[in-house]
Amino acid sequence: MPTPAPLPRARDDEDSGLPLRPRAAGLAVPKISLRGVSKSFGGRIVLDAVDLDVLAGESLVVVGGSGTGKSVMLKHMIGLIRPDAGTVTVDGVDLATLGNREITDFRRRFGMAFQEGALFDSMTVEGNVAFPLRRAGWDRDRIRDRVAECLDLVHLEGAERKLPAELSGGMRRRVGLARAIALEPQILLLDEPTTGLDPVISAVVEDVVSELHGRLRLTMVAITHDMESAFRIANRIGMLHKGRVIALLPPEEFRRSPDARVQQFLRREAKGPLTED
Amino acid sequence: MIRALRNLLEGFFLEIGRFFTLLARTFAWTFRRPFDLAEWLRQMVKVGVDSTPVILLTAAFTGGVLALQTFSTLKRVHAEGYVGTLVALSMVRELGCVLAALVLAGRSGSAMGAELGTMRVTEQIDALEVLATDPVHFLVVPRVWATTIMLPLLVALGDAIGIVGGYVVSVVLLGANPVSYIDNTFRFMDLEDLTSGLVKAAVFGLLIALIGCQQGLYTRGGAEGVGRATTRAVVLAMMAVLIADFFLTKLLF
Repeated sequence: MPTPAPLPRARDDEDSGLPLRPRAAGLAVPKISLRGVSKSFGGRIVLDAVDLDVLAGESLVVVGGSGTGKSVMLKHMIGLIRPDAGTVTVDGVDLATLGNREITDFRRRFGMAFQEGALFDSMTVEGNVAFPLRRAGWDRDRIRDRVAECLDLVHLEGAERKLPAELSGGMRRRVGLARAIALEPQILLLDEPTTGLDPVISAVVEDVVSELHGRLRLTMVAITHDMESAFRIANRIGMLHKGRVIALLPPEEFRRSPDARVQQFLRREAKGPLTED
Repeated sequence: MIRALRNLLEGFFLEIGRFFTLLARTFAWTFRRPFDLAEWLRQMVKVGVDSTPVILLTAAFTGGVLALQTFSTLKRVHAEGYVGTLVALSMVRELGCVLAALVLAGRSGSAMGAELGTMRVTEQIDALEVLATDPVHFLVVPRVWATTIMLPLLVALGDAIGIVGGYVVSVVLLGANPVSYIDNTFRFMDLEDLTSGLVKAAVFGLLIALIGCQQGLYTRGGAEGVGRATTRAVVLAMMAVLIADFFLTKLLF
């Protein structure tokens, strides 16, 4: 793996231009809005009347233990899962009103990086990153330049000809990220971007994500249970527990939250309200 | 008991509903840009060209066995001269297309179930949707039409090889008269016999690919789910081929 070139560390809120409290600065335009979203699988409630606004240009990180509904919530935001009750609105458009074809086109404003990369096995790294560009009708030269640019951003220059099976977990994750940003989406969704990666690669991924957010001014939602990563990339941190949002605060306030469940999660304690419920 | 019956019926109607929904979506997406011709060709090679040896081998031995069986039977009534007729008509009207379809269900239907199933459990299908690409458009349309186009071509080849197989067994092994064998092979055959077999093959191709893709797309539950989807793709496609064969034969002849 090539040594990552030094990148600016995760920006603080001053650097990013985003205030700790977006609402207070008049940026309270919800890009994504969940209202009373509920979802059950086989009688098990995964999301329980979730209300959540993701503000335009912010970086929201949703944390929570395994099985608390984080991935399900993320997939609701892009219409991969439809809610049993409630509405998901993106840019004022209720996703439930879109048909199959409309939602397919609507998703062009999103980029999503999956937990394990979800790279297409039959395509090379280049083929994977070029995929959305080809589908959008870009010409060959433009695609080649953009692929090189995206791979450069995630420090994977020279990996174009490799197949996903030849990549490490961290590399797959970064190719997935390069593919997600290829069409310069307005909204970037990240499913566990650093889980299971070694600390150095985690830092590289966090830097890439922070740099992208700062440079492209996109709206970003990440889900993770890696708190260190959350504090480095978030403007706001939300916590999901038993299908409900139990906290939604700027990072420093989240760290000082009096909520015992938040504190147990932060301190990685085996005993406490999260495990007693 | 009642609950088991209800679950069975629910499962049956769910599969039927999914099948017709996928069929409708496949037709709808077929005419929408972008047309991925490279993927169509890739699937045609995978389904058609790569299956040719196994289809030809099956057809050759089927023609040979038919000749072996019918020669001894017809000889008892001094009608062994009609072995060629029987082999040829059996191959082009029935056996050529049904056997090729069963082989293709085992070979390509299972591969489609396994490939799409693996893509489902590794979130590759979710990734397609996220990348503004409908999985039916990108994955199902090329597979369905490649199979629908290639199976009749494979059957046409198989029919010819089956007839050759029957000829070799009858003439070389059993000592039938080669001239009258060839004469009788084509004397009673109409173009309709051939075309009806090919129409059946096209329908079987559509069924095999749609069922394989359907099972793959609705896979749940990791590696075990992929295994289940693969098995179901083969079993359901074979059953569909045999049931459709009955109704198509009734309709076409």
